[in-house]
Amino acid sequence: MSNSLQSPLMMGAVAYAPKVVTIWEGFKAYFRRHDFEFDYVLFSNYERQVQAQLDGGIALAWNSPLAWVRADRMARARGQVATAIAMRDTDCDLSSVLVVRVDSPVAADLSALKGTTIGFGAIDSPQAHLIALDHLRQNGLVAGRDFTARRFDVLGGKHGDHIGGERDAAVALMAGEIDAAWMIDGNHQAFSREGVLPAGATRIAARTGLYDHCNFTVSPGAPAAQIARFTELLLAMRWDDPQVRPLLELEGLKTWLPGRTSGYALLERATDDEAFYDAQGNILAADYRY
Amino acid sequence: MTPKGIFLLPTIDIEALGLDAGAHLLIKQALLGVAPGERIAVVGRSPGWEAQLSAWCRSQGHPFALSTQDGHTQALVTRGGHEAGRWRGALHTGHSDASAVGAVADKALSAWGMSARGATVEAGSPPMHFRLDQKSEVWSESAADLYAQAVAAQWNPDAVIDWKAEFDLPDIVEDAVVQVLTYMIENEVAALLVPARFLAQVHPHFREVQALLAIQVADEARHIDVFTRRLRLKGREPALSTAGGQASLKTLIDEPDFSVAEFMLSVLGEGTFVSLLLFLHAHAPDPVTRQIAMLAARDEARHVAFGMTHLLARLEQEPEFRSQLAQAVQTRNDTLLASSGLNEEVFDALIVLAAGAFTPQAIAQGYLRVQQLMRDMAEGRQARLEKLGFGAAEAAQLSSLHTRNFM
Repeated sequence: MSNSLQSPLMMGAVAYAPKVVTIWEGFKAYFRRHDFEFDYVLFSNYERQVQAQLDGGIALAWNSPLAWVRADRMARARGQVATAIAMRDTDCDLSSVLVVRVDSPVAADLSALKGTTIGFGAIDSPQAHLIALDHLRQNGLVAGRDFTARRFDVLGGKHGDHIGGERDAAVALMAGEIDAAWMIDGNHQAFSREGVLPAGATRIAARTGLYDHCNFTVSPGAPAAQIARFTELLLAMRWDDPQVRPLLELEGLKTWLPGRTSGYALLERATDDEAFYDAQGNILAADYRY
Repeated sequence: MTPKGIFLLPTIDIEALGLDAGAHLLIKQALLGVAPGERIAVVGRSPGWEAQLSAWCRSQGHPFALSTQDGHTQALVTRGGHEAGRWRGALHTGHSDASAVGAVADKALSAWGMSARGATVEAGSPPMHFRLDQKSEVWSESAADLYAQAVAAQWNPDAVIDWKAEFDLPDIVEDAVVQVLTYMIENEVAALLVPARFLAQVHPHFREVQALLAIQVADEARHIDVFTRRLRLKGREPALSTAGGQASLKTLIDEPDFSVAEFMLSVLGEGTFVSLLLFLHAHAPDPVTRQIAMLAARDEARHVAFGMTHLLARLEQEPEFRSQLAQAVQTRNDTLLASSGLNEEVFDALIVLAAGAFTPQAIAQGYLRVQQLMRDMAEGRQARLEKLGFGAAEAAQLSSLHTRNFM
């Protein structure tokens, strides 16, 4: 990787939707307005993006929480360090909720979930699969043994960024095909606004603990001065600035915060217990296609 | 929703209403009651309301925390400052009521875009460039009144025209009616296109002018429709269209200045057309044409009134603009010198139409009527020009230079 200040800082991002191009073109223009050379590479999935971080292809990446877990594990396994330098205000303290139809017998102790069919998001979705499975396991419920897990897989490798899987599960819940559906907390209101979940027709039966979502992950050995300047300019983005606000709106935040890694404990545990990656970041999930 | 006094903070009880069913509105309203940085307490009892509220607060940028007191859970929501941030530097766009002080700007900004006049526009909205963004270029204080009159005076051709009225004209007279209507249709197409082309160029800030032009376009569309229906009433097709007639109309379409175009089309052209329509109302040989002519004449008179009031306003501010108007008439006359003006077929058809029969006595009568029409048209033009401040001699000279095609 070149350390020259003349060459642009290369960032990786996953193309989970067409708007991704608009977002990063906007960021590129913002950085250029501040005389900072920045460019981006799009990957079709987080697995190859993290691999590129470890291979020296990109200096940093906009990573899903699961991609962060993998980057961290792969770096450690090589005696290196990956760091999280920034995240959105909306990446902090999320939870997932288990939604049931309003007349469901499922109560707070979740025992009534035994023998039911529960809908999950994509296999690699932290919020609608891994952390959700973990929550049930901590409550004594294991997929295949105590309940049937039905996955709504949309776009493998995108780590659930494409919320289509959660929406499909919500539709199946209302159609009576499944007994409960997992989704990120904010999507309960979002799907209600879309009309997928009629108002008052569902209720929240369970809620996971809090966890953090995406972050900017710095690759091992990335040029420190450029990373410092990138971080400085990023954190200086202001919602009040009409030139910047559309980018923040597209990316779904009001303000950038310094990165923290204290919010990934639930996902770390789920990654191990559900055998998604091993401690070195190798992929264990057999039916994972990306 | 019952505010409770058990907490020190302003407290909102969303009761059993979930945020998947509209509870965010209650919370939003409660937050408006405190300053950014200050907190409210929220209590509720729908299952999982805390998770919903936490997600909503995260998306809105309001810091959120839960606290339990005496076994009761309440959410503490701090009002974030982002909503205010969106409206920092927002643009003000006058007032909806045009008569209020400062309601209509001398220059409408491109950044106001398509917003309603009087709206608050977020900074960073995409600029839209409307060519006619100066009040003096388009404005008339009477536009709103004329628009209201136009709305009230819209007519339904099926309801107000007796299409089944019985009449039977000699072929040569029916042919004459069809020729005159063919000519009138192409004139009305020009009268539709001129305001339509400016309509998309006028800044929406000048909403009354925009509305007036829009209804003028609708008026002309209706005229084209009823003229066509009358023309086809006895199974005829449209007749002849001449190069000279179209050349004259093309000069109207090509005029880029709104005020000059209004002058040429409405003050001179449509004003002259009103005389023609009143002539048809009086002398057309069949009841359907007479009815149509009256209805169209009323519409055209409104179009003339707008042109007149707009030009009076502009000339009051810019008296020197009068010479540009005179120049425009001269230029149009020069452009059309090489063309024949009104086509012979139309002129002759008017005589036959006014004659009503093909006998020497009837034709003599028709000829006299058309001569009178020419005098009426010229006098009307001259009177309007004088009203716009042209001296009698100059008004007479300009009137004489007006296209022989009438419009």
